[in-house]
Amino acid sequence: MGDTFVQKVLARKAGLEKVVPGQIVTVGPDHLLTHDNTAAIIAKISEDLDKYGIADPDLPIIVLDHVVPAANEKTATNHVKVREFVKKHGVRHFFDAGYGVCHQVVVEEGLALPGQVLVGSDSHTCSYGAVGAFATGIDRTEAAALLLRGEMWLKVPHSMKMTFKGRFGRGIYAKDLILSIIGEVSASGAAYRSVEFHGDISNLSIGDRFTISNMGVEMDSKGATFPVDERTVKYLEEAGVKRESYEPVWADEDALYHSEHDFDMSMTVPGIAKPHKVDNYATVEDLRGLKFDQCFLGTCTNGRYEDLKVAADILQGEKVYPGTRFVIAPASNRELCKALSDGTVQTLVEAGGMLLPPGCGPCLGAHQGVMAPGERTISTANRNFKGRMGCKEAEIYLASPATVAATALYGELTDPREVVK
Amino acid sequence: MKVWKYGDSINTDMLFPGKYTYTCSTADEVKPHLLEDLDPTFAGNVREGDLLIVGENFGCGSSREQPVIGLKAVGIKAIIGKSFARIFYRASINQGLILIEAPDAVDAYQDGDEIDMDIEGGRILLGGKEFTFPGLPPQIMEIRDAGGLLEYTRKKLEGV
Repeated sequence: MGDTFVQKVLARKAGLEKVVPGQIVTVGPDHLLTHDNTAAIIAKISEDLDKYGIADPDLPIIVLDHVVPAANEKTATNHVKVREFVKKHGVRHFFDAGYGVCHQVVVEEGLALPGQVLVGSDSHTCSYGAVGAFATGIDRTEAAALLLRGEMWLKVPHSMKMTFKGRFGRGIYAKDLILSIIGEVSASGAAYRSVEFHGDISNLSIGDRFTISNMGVEMDSKGATFPVDERTVKYLEEAGVKRESYEPVWADEDALYHSEHDFDMSMTVPGIAKPHKVDNYATVEDLRGLKFDQCFLGTCTNGRYEDLKVAADILQGEKVYPGTRFVIAPASNRELCKALSDGTVQTLVEAGGMLLPPGCGPCLGAHQGVMAPGERTISTANRNFKGRMGCKEAEIYLASPATVAATALYGELTDPREVVK
Repeated sequence: MKVWKYGDSINTDMLFPGKYTYTCSTADEVKPHLLEDLDPTFAGNVREGDLLIVGENFGCGSSREQPVIGLKAVGIKAIIGKSFARIFYRASINQGLILIEAPDAVDAYQDGDEIDMDIEGGRILLGGKEFTFPGLPPQIMEIRDAGGLLEYTRKKLEGV
């Protein structure tokens, strides 16, 4: 019997010939991602850092993205502490406020590579599965210990195999697919397990794969990985990474999975996650006409150029519905520049969109686009938990960029297939 | 000792709202906001030695560790749950907060039941009935027994 992707990656990393699910291995991850929370992480170990330094200046990737530009004196001071730490310890991979959301930056900078193991003190670290890495979230204390020692334990998980067939119809996107998957398997459906995606993945762009892997943690998976194909290699080449600089890992054909699931992309319909859980799935058709106060396009899930372009195509020459706020936060500076160069941003702003700087923006409720009690937002983000956007008496619905743009146009939930030009 | 009972899929935003994540990090900063959007009576009334009994997928969502730091700091003796989200589970080991995965015990619990626990032995006595739960592997017990991951790491760095 062969091995799954995660068995092979962890065996290689641990220097073992073979590992089995349930086995505990010690690994030195290729990278550790931290963001604004770096300030809190280094505060835990300030004396240890003076005494021992950091294990490896190449290990940490630090991106300031959660509250950028700083919202107040406290967040500004945190950013200063992070910059001082970076300088003092010679951290090699530092991206200051303005680069974009950490996960997008890590992938577009070519810092997450096929066959690597990455961890991050952010639950959506699983995004790097889009380019064939094993990546998973950890807590701040684990990140602090890693900075000092450079190694950690991992329990080899069982894997779930999800096979995609066919291709999306007009107006249907990767977000619709992953929302329906999470609705089907539930928010704990992949608990303690890793997910592998297979099948007709060549029909999915790296951006589509990013959207899907990003939301792996919303079914509580430990890593959510796509196999490397020509599209991965091409994407990385464009990011400046040569093919010979990484060694992909593919699951064996006869690997043993905990469970197998098939999804027909041609049957996917516009979907939505209702408050206050990501697995509270409905179709857009079910809730047609629901009124919204705010429409949010952005985040690491759906704030890339291709997402902005889908929205711009719907809003071309139109105006956002009166009384509906349309907020846009691009996933990164690079993605924003692409959207500036071909008029995508101009279309969105002329339609009445409010453009925020690249970063997490309204997603986590710390600043920008915070809601009032009784208000309702439709968002392209990955979470709709109560209080997530800063107000526990507000409602958050999750949907694709196309559904969000169509809804911004009419002020009520609209099936994007009716407006895609 | 009081038992605080909550349902399924309680996420970390409910345990500690995201709007505070970049302004509150230490136990003292976290405590007043613990479970704020889930149970506003919790932070003011929780006492050392209290227990939480929870449903499936407790602690899902964000990787923020403030809920674990806060629950440990107010003296929660253990959280008995049907299942725990992965990052929350790991964060609890790292802070030395005890999680017990015992779905049958959660289902059997009735308000007012007496609870007796033998954590090392993997047993819970609840309303006169015994339930067992799996222990942690030795490598991981070592972290919890050291008082948490940072203490464990310091020992390793010192070569102890």
